[in-house]
Amino acid sequence: MKKHSLNFGDAWEYAPAPDSTPVVIAKSYGLFIDGAFVSPQSRKTMPTINPATEEVLSKIAVASAADVDKAVASAKKALPKWKRLPAKERGKYLFRIARRLQERAREFAILETMDGGKPIKESRDVDIPEAAKHFFYHAGWADKLDYAFPGREAKPVGVCAQIIPWNFPLLMAAWKIAPALACGNTVVLKPAETTSLTALRLAEIFQEVGLPDGVVNIVTGAGETGAALASHKGVDKVAFTGSTGVGKLLAEMTAGSGKRLSLELGGKSPNIIFEDASIDQAVEGIITGIYFNQGHVCCAGSRLFVQESVLEEVTTKLAIRMQSLRMGDPLDKNTDVGAINSAGQLKTIQGYIQCGKKEGALLHQPNHRKVPKKGFWCRPAWFEGVQPSHTIAREEIFGPVLAVMSFRTPEEALKRANNTPYGLAAGIWTDKGSKAFEMASQIKAGVIWCNTYNRFDAASPFGGFKESGFGREGGRQGLSAYLELV
Amino acid sequence: MNTRLPVLKTWKLFIGGAFPRTESGRTLAIDDLKGNLLAHICHGSKKDLRNAVAAARKAQGAWQKRSAYNRGQILYRMAEMLEGKADEAAQLLAATVPGGVRRARREVETACDRLVSMAGWADKYAQILGNQNPVAGAFYNFTVPEAVGVVGVVAPNEEPLLGLISLIAPALVSGNVGVAIGSPQHPLATALLGEVCATSDVPAGVLNLITGLRPELLGVLADHRDVDAIHAGGCSPKETRTLELGAAGNVKRVVVRKTKGSDWYDDRHCASPYWIDSFVDSKTIWHPSST
Repeated sequence: MKKHSLNFGDAWEYAPAPDSTPVVIAKSYGLFIDGAFVSPQSRKTMPTINPATEEVLSKIAVASAADVDKAVASAKKALPKWKRLPAKERGKYLFRIARRLQERAREFAILETMDGGKPIKESRDVDIPEAAKHFFYHAGWADKLDYAFPGREAKPVGVCAQIIPWNFPLLMAAWKIAPALACGNTVVLKPAETTSLTALRLAEIFQEVGLPDGVVNIVTGAGETGAALASHKGVDKVAFTGSTGVGKLLAEMTAGSGKRLSLELGGKSPNIIFEDASIDQAVEGIITGIYFNQGHVCCAGSRLFVQESVLEEVTTKLAIRMQSLRMGDPLDKNTDVGAINSAGQLKTIQGYIQCGKKEGALLHQPNHRKVPKKGFWCRPAWFEGVQPSHTIAREEIFGPVLAVMSFRTPEEALKRANNTPYGLAAGIWTDKGSKAFEMASQIKAGVIWCNTYNRFDAASPFGGFKESGFGREGGRQGLSAYLELV
Repeated sequence: MNTRLPVLKTWKLFIGGAFPRTESGRTLAIDDLKGNLLAHICHGSKKDLRNAVAAARKAQGAWQKRSAYNRGQILYRMAEMLEGKADEAAQLLAATVPGGVRRARREVETACDRLVSMAGWADKYAQILGNQNPVAGAFYNFTVPEAVGVVGVVAPNEEPLLGLISLIAPALVSGNVGVAIGSPQHPLATALLGEVCATSDVPAGVLNLITGLRPELLGVLADHRDVDAIHAGGCSPKETRTLELGAAGNVKRVVVRKTKGSDWYDDRHCASPYWIDSFVDSKTIWHPSST
């Protein structure tokens, strides 16, 4: 008998060990204004912690209105020179940033995972490479803007106030900064209060590549800092990614001010599985849809609609698949589900889980792995017997909680999928092309994934319909948020 | 000596393909430039506006589902009908808008041409505003523009007919439906457009026209949760703020044009696909490509 050995050749290479890359985190970080790190005039700081261990990683400055004022003034001062710079040269700065990000990718991935709690395999394979790609993609646009909108000359908008969330900290910074800079604008960015470290490290890259002072300024802080920034008179444009509630406040705040606005807001995206779908692939799609990044994803497939004839098969396979998800140390490259980003968010998610049970849905958490003693953790969950009127079927939870519902006909699926004020994304699983495209054309959402889910690319426009916001990020369409067409 | 008394008309609203009087029972008298009574119009109310939004919503899905070719033909039919009424339209405009019949005639002709131009965009704008995306992976990925839904239009006083049509056409041609508040100073242009629609295959509810006073109607339109976008012209800063503030409640897309004077006659300005772009949302579709 032939002796069998486990020889995979180079098919299964070991991934590099994260601990071979030193990540130096300073004891405290100032604001990044006019090309330098400065102490905040407010003299206030806030701790930023590792949500998987609750250890304090560093102290972050809290920018007051006076600090925001300085940052906006710096962006305004840098604007004339930056927008007059030959477009090709502007592009070359972005290329440099992209390259340095690629070169320092591992360091950024580790830092992102430590500060935000997401699994290293996600920060390593998605967040950081996509952020680099965003700079690379937009670098190339800088000198081609007049070709993007035929018949028009493209001019920058001016000083852009950009406010980003904590779920993809560096990637969101890249989504905001790269197109703004490529289009000749200058920026004041406010990262989320729990995840500022990678944006501040990005500022180090700006220094490394010699980006002119003031072209990008970073003010850290919480909601008050964001409000001071969005309402600042020197700002020409406000770009925001976050909740629909805050998006509406910003729309009110900027009403009548002449400021341009783009909003990438919340979602309650439907993931629809037809009986003719490849069920095994669809189950993987459910997992990617809702448990990717602990469900801290605005376009998470949080409402699962399964055709009645395959409901049992799908939920059985889902429960089995969920048992094998590894939850734990985010720095372990085998981890599938990391830590919840903050204590506050964990409380919100737990509140929704309680609410789901109270309103009569049946909770399943098939994964029984031990939860680490410290940190913020939530076992991946799904609910059976969910009614469309249930809170967990209507409101954005922003956590690993899935509402499972069934349907009989495509018409019913469509009606229920669209029965929401949101319209960010949707998933459709079927082997029949005509059905996929009919559904795709009828669902009111900005991104439709057919037989896949949670795919992103710098060349692919992302953004919502209805109350999920307006304006696009990425692709040719994303440029118009940062241009005046004359 | 001619003793015949002219028949003075009370122009009505245009909602859901019909010509109702305002539910409020109110009218406004319209004088010509010499101060003589010209006609009465309906003094539309908040409830009329809400009825119009309901009629528009009902018509939206089917209008969007029509082929682009068909929508283009219907817009072209509107131009044909307006051209047939060009004399009447010019007289009505000249009666209240300073500048005489020649000016009015030019406005009407440009409005016809605007409709023709926009009709031609129906089956083309998607080829300008949409594209395939070269993503890094085995996916077929493309972006198409899709109608936002119900668009509220606020027409300017300046060039009341041309302005109104220029603001409506980009919304209609891309599968949106419209609820328009006509020029408050020159409402007859608005009322006439209703008669054009009614005779040019525009399905009931696709365009709804309200005459009345801005202060009463603007806030209602801005606040209305079933209006998805607003296209306005000739607004004061205060009116712009009212529109943008109300729009925040359901994240409406708001475009307030600063178009003035001769710009209304400029096709590059008013008939470009970028005016359509304001009332479509980009939808990006991914599909794996493998065997």
